[in-house]
Amino acid sequence: MAEFTLPRNSKVKKGLHWKVPADKAGESGRTRSFKVYRWNPDTGENPRLDTYEVPVERMGQMVLDALIWIKNNVDSSLTFRRSCREGVCGSCSMNIDGTNTLACTKNLDDVRGDVAVYPLPHRPVVKDLVPDLNQLYSQLASIEPWLKTDSPAPSRERYQSVEDRAKLDGLWECILCFSCSTACPSYWWNGDRYLGPAILLQAYRWLADSRDEATGERLDALEDPFRLYRCHTIMNCTKTCPKGLNPAKAITEIKKMMVERRG
Amino acid sequence: MSESQTAPSLKTARGLGSAKEGTDHWWMQRLSAVAMMLLAPLMIFLVITLIGEPYEAVVAKLSSPLWGGVTLLFVCASFYHAHLGLQVVIEDYIGGHAARLTLIILIRGALIILGLIAVLSVLRLMLT
Repeated sequence: MAEFTLPRNSKVKKGLHWKVPADKAGESGRTRSFKVYRWNPDTGENPRLDTYEVPVERMGQMVLDALIWIKNNVDSSLTFRRSCREGVCGSCSMNIDGTNTLACTKNLDDVRGDVAVYPLPHRPVVKDLVPDLNQLYSQLASIEPWLKTDSPAPSRERYQSVEDRAKLDGLWECILCFSCSTACPSYWWNGDRYLGPAILLQAYRWLADSRDEATGERLDALEDPFRLYRCHTIMNCTKTCPKGLNPAKAITEIKKMMVERRG
Repeated sequence: MSESQTAPSLKTARGLGSAKEGTDHWWMQRLSAVAMMLLAPLMIFLVITLIGEPYEAVVAKLSSPLWGGVTLLFVCASFYHAHLGLQVVIEDYIGGHAARLTLIILIRGALIILGLIAVLSVLRLMLT
């Protein structure tokens, strides 16, 4: 269901202003402001937008560096997910400067002015910048993202030609950060039934695999007005993907397979 | 209240299962769009040639199988396309199964009635 205003208890209030602690100041005294979404489930208060001042000499290169500096030096209660800090794990996906991306690969030089940091949009918030992604994990499980075969297992690995392997390029690189799905209006309005770009890209990864023998079964499971056909090629997914992948194209390939098998 | 207590499970993700349809709807929406792309310029041309013409000239023009046929096809394609497209809009923006279904049925009914009136009007012009 389309929602164009936030529920009363989700309206973002003005937050605290955190100055640089005196002993942490940079040499030049110049700072950059980070406007960060804060919400604590334990207080019952509305979310608020805190402003953190970070010395330019300390903030590092990427948005994640600055967030870690804030957590270490200013406000240890600031909560966010992060792990690999190099764009491989997909943990630190969040909405930065109005775009869903990875905090660890978002260069601060690419953001003009204050840096606005929000959790991924249109997901329930667990705390601060941590969204609840359980629905997406369940949907990923529902497409059975593993190799399915009926023919007996060979005595060694299943061969794949170089050409067939190349068909998986642009698909296997997805790190499941869900920047795309949470940028998709169709997923915002009908995420309970629409699978969304991230999951459909994964579905196509197995449809495109020359070794997988469950193609028809997989297409059967996707043939649904909501699971697949909520995609209207809006392209937000492709635009926002921090790994430069093209989920919209993968979805189009699935739709082409749907038509192709009709005759 | 922790969200993980109400975490969607595989059960909710699978829901009622696949409807095993949707491709036809999607494909026909595209085909009717292509049909309209071909028919719309002809319709525009027809209307331009009839600007300022008397009623009899319009009837004479539409009585020809070619121009009457183009008009009928355009009316059918556009109402069919509108029906498919409006259903998508309702499905996108209206939540709640009852409201969604009611609106889709009402819109479908309205378009059938309007489409029928349009087709009968063209036929009446053609056959008089």
